Amino acid sequence: MKHFRRPTVLIGGGIVGFWVLVALFAPYLAPFDPLKSLTPLAPPGTPAPGGGTFWLGADLLGRDILSRVIYGARPVVALSTLATLTAYAVGVSAGLLAGYYGRWIDTGLSFLANVILSFPVLVLYIVVIVALGPSPLNVVIAVTFASAPAVFRIVRTIAADLKQRDFIAAAVIQGESAWRILFIEILPNATGPLTVDFCLRLGYTTIVIGALGFLGLGLPPPAPDWGGMVNEGRALAFAFPHLVIFPCLAISSLVLGLSLLADGLNEARDAQSRGS
Amino acid sequence: MSSQPPIPEPPILSVKSLSVALPVGADRPFAIHDISLDLRPAEILCIVGESGSGKSILSSTLMGALPRGLSIHSGGLTLGDIDLTAQSEGAWRTIRGRRVAMIPQEPMAALNPSAKVGRQIEEVFAIHGDLTPKARRAEALRLIQEMHLPDPERIAASYPHQLSGGQCQRICIAMALALKPDVLIADEPTTALDVTSQAQVLKLICELRDVHRQAVLFITHDLGVVADIADRIAVMEKGSLVEVGTADEILKRPTQPYTKALIAAVPSFEPKLRAPVPNTKPGHCLEVEGLAKTYGRTRALKPANLTVERATTLAVVGESGSGKSTLARLLVRLIEPSDGAALVNGHDLARLRGTALRQARRRIQMIFQDPFGSLNPRRSVGATVARAAELAGCTRQEAQARAKALLERVGLSATAYARRPAAFSGGQRQRVGIARALAMRPDVLIADESVSALDVSVQAQVLNLLRELQLELGLTIVFITHDLRVAAQISDRVAVMRSGEIVELADTASVILNPQHAYTRALIAAAPGRGAI
Repeated sequence: MKHFRRPTVLIGGGIVGFWVLVALFAPYLAPFDPLKSLTPLAPPGTPAPGGGTFWLGADLLGRDILSRVIYGARPVVALSTLATLTAYAVGVSAGLLAGYYGRWIDTGLSFLANVILSFPVLVLYIVVIVALGPSPLNVVIAVTFASAPAVFRIVRTIAADLKQRDFIAAAVIQGESAWRILFIEILPNATGPLTVDFCLRLGYTTIVIGALGFLGLGLPPPAPDWGGMVNEGRALAFAFPHLVIFPCLAISSLVLGLSLLADGLNEARDAQSRGS
Repeated sequence: MSSQPPIPEPPILSVKSLSVALPVGADRPFAIHDISLDLRPAEILCIVGESGSGKSILSSTLMGALPRGLSIHSGGLTLGDIDLTAQSEGAWRTIRGRRVAMIPQEPMAALNPSAKVGRQIEEVFAIHGDLTPKARRAEALRLIQEMHLPDPERIAASYPHQLSGGQCQRICIAMALALKPDVLIADEPTTALDVTSQAQVLKLICELRDVHRQAVLFITHDLGVVADIADRIAVMEKGSLVEVGTADEILKRPTQPYTKALIAAVPSFEPKLRAPVPNTKPGHCLEVEGLAKTYGRTRALKPANLTVERATTLAVVGESGSGKSTLARLLVRLIEPSDGAALVNGHDLARLRGTALRQARRRIQMIFQDPFGSLNPRRSVGATVARAAELAGCTRQEAQARAKALLERVGLSATAYARRPAAFSGGQRQRVGIARALAMRPDVLIADESVSALDVSVQAQVLNLLRELQLELGLTIVFITHDLRVAAQISDRVAVMRSGEIVELADTASVILNPQHAYTRALIAAAPGRGAI
C-alpha cells in the first residue's frame, strides 16, 4: 500500500475526487440556478441583482458561469465513467475470447478492431452521433464503439500470454468451465495494466465528451455542458475571455488529474513489482 | 578427475574473507559472508550450493557485475596482480573478457538470435582486440574447431536457432575463451542442456583444463556433474562457505552435516526395490492404445502403446524433443490426440467432449514442472486447492476442509491456506500443486518434470511425499523426467522415449542394469557422476 502514497497519485486522486464531489453535490454548491438568465455578459466578480456575486461572471444569456461549471461536471463525470465502463465491458470480453481461443475468433475480432481503429476517432464519433442523434445514451454508444478496440488489444495480448501458463492448464485439467477460466483465472491477473489504462481512457473520454459538446453533438441545450459552454462563448471569446476560460480550465484540470493518477498508479505498480 | 598437483602453484584468483552486503530489510544481512577461496591454473573448482546459497552472487562479484543495491562490504579479491575490489567501471571493461570470462547458463538466451554465430565470436575481437577483419575470421574459425564442432565453416555461418543447445553452449565457450582469459567462470553451464550434450560440454571443459591449463570456476547445483569434473569443491549454504577440499575429500569423506545431507539427497543409480502397494485390486489403471499426435507433417508422438498397473509408477524418460511432454499433455488431454485412445480405469478420455469431458477430467490430474507458473498468483493457495475439491463435487465447506487437510498432509502449516503463491518457495509451491491435484481424488497422477526445478534436498522430500501418498491412496503415477537417476529411484517401470517413440519399456531394474536399446545405453553412459556418488 505504501507504494500508492506518492505525490502523483495523491494530487491526481485529489483533483479527480474534487470533481466527483462537485458533481455529486452540485445543487448544494452552485450559488445560482444554472439555467436562469440574470445579467448577460457580467464580468467575474460582478454583484448579482438578487444578492450574491457572479464569481466567474455570467454568459451571453446572463447565466452564472460558476453554477454552470459546477452543474456541467455532472454529465462529464457521469458520461465519461459510464462510457468508459461500457467500452471496458465490450473490450475486455472480446479481448479475453480472442486471446484465449485464438484461431478464427482472434482473427475475426482483431480484424474488426483494426478496421475501427483505422478511422480517425473524431470522424467515427461524428458518424455515430449523427446517425443516432445527440443524446447521453448515444454519446455512451459512440465512445464504446470507438474505445473498445483499444481495450480489446490490451486484454487480448495479456490473455494470449497468460493462457500459456501452467495454472491455466491446471484449470483446464480440473474441468473448469471456459468463462471461469476467462474471468476468474485470467482477468484478475490483468487488473494492473487495465487500471492504469482505465484512468487514461477516462481522461481521454472526458476530452472527447468536451469535443462533442463543442461540436454541438453532446447534450442538447440548454443543459450545462463544459464543451457546449466553450462553443457558445467562442464567438465572443476575445472580448469576454471568461466565457471560455473557466469551462476550459474545468476540462483540463479533470483530464490532468486523471493523467496524473494513471501515471502514479503505473509507477506504484512498477515499484510494487520490483518489491522495493 | 585429476589429482592435486604435487607443488601447489600460486593461485591465480584469490578471494579473502569476502562479504557482500544485501540491502537493509532482506532476509539476511549478507548475500555472501566471509568467503575465502583460491583458484589455481589448470584447476576446476566447483562451487556447489542450493538456490539461495549465494553462489551466483559470488560469480557476479568476480565479474564486477553485482546487481543494483548490492556492494562489496569487506574482504579482498585479487586476480593475478590486480585488486578486483577497487576497479572502476571503465577498468572492468578491460578486465572482463581478457582476464575473467563467463559461460552463461542459457546459451540460447545469451546469443543474439539475429546474427550468425561466427560474427558474434568475431565481435569479441572487434571490441577488445586490434586484429584485422581477416585475422578475426580465422581466429573465430579456429576457436569453433577447438570446440570440436563439426564443419566449422557451416557452423560459423549459422544462426543460433539452427544449432542445438549444446552447440550454442560451445559457441558461448568459444566466445568466453576468445581473449584467453585467466579465469573462466561457468555458472550452471549445463543445466539447460540434455544429458548427452551436457556430457560433451563437460568433456570439453575438462580438456580446456588439461590442454590449455585453464582455471575454471564451475558453479553448479548438480553433484553428479561435480563428481565428474571437479578437482576441488567448495560447498556453500546461505551465503557462507561450509566446506572446501579436494573432490575426493568432499565427496567421499565429507565432514560437515550439510555436505553429507547434500550428498545423501542425490538420487542413486541403484534401482530401488519397491514393495507393491498393499490392498490394491490388480489390473491396469491406465491403458494407452496407439495414442499419436502429429502437427502437419511433424510427428510429435508416434503411435504409443503402454499400460500402467494400478498403484504403480511408470517413469517416462527422454531428452528434450523426445515427445515425453507431448505424451503427458495428451494423457490429460490438454492437447487433442490425432489418433488412438487413453483409458483411465476403462474411461476413454480422448473421445469425450463438453460437459462429459469436464467431469471425467477429475480422474487424471497433473503436477507441473514450473512451480512459479503453475499457481494463479492472484489467488490464495487454499482457495486454489479448495476450488479443485469443489470441482470434484464437494460443497464449499467440505472443499475448504479438504483443502486444509491436504495442505497439512503435504507438509504446509495451517497458516498457508490464506497466503498467495508469492509467499512460498519453489518446493512449497510444488507441494501446493500436489495438494491441488489430490483434491480431485484422481485415479492417475501425471508428474511432468515435477522435481527438475527443485534443489536436490527439496527434490528428495517431494519424491518421498509422492511415494507416501501412493502407498496411502493407491495412486497410479506417470512420472515424466529427463533424469534417469530420479527414474531409478521412484518407478516400477521405465519407458525410454526418443524422437516421439518409445524405444524401450521394461522394469526399472532391467532398464538400468541391462538396457536393451542402444539409446538407453547412451543415456546411461552420459549421466553425470556415475559410480562416484
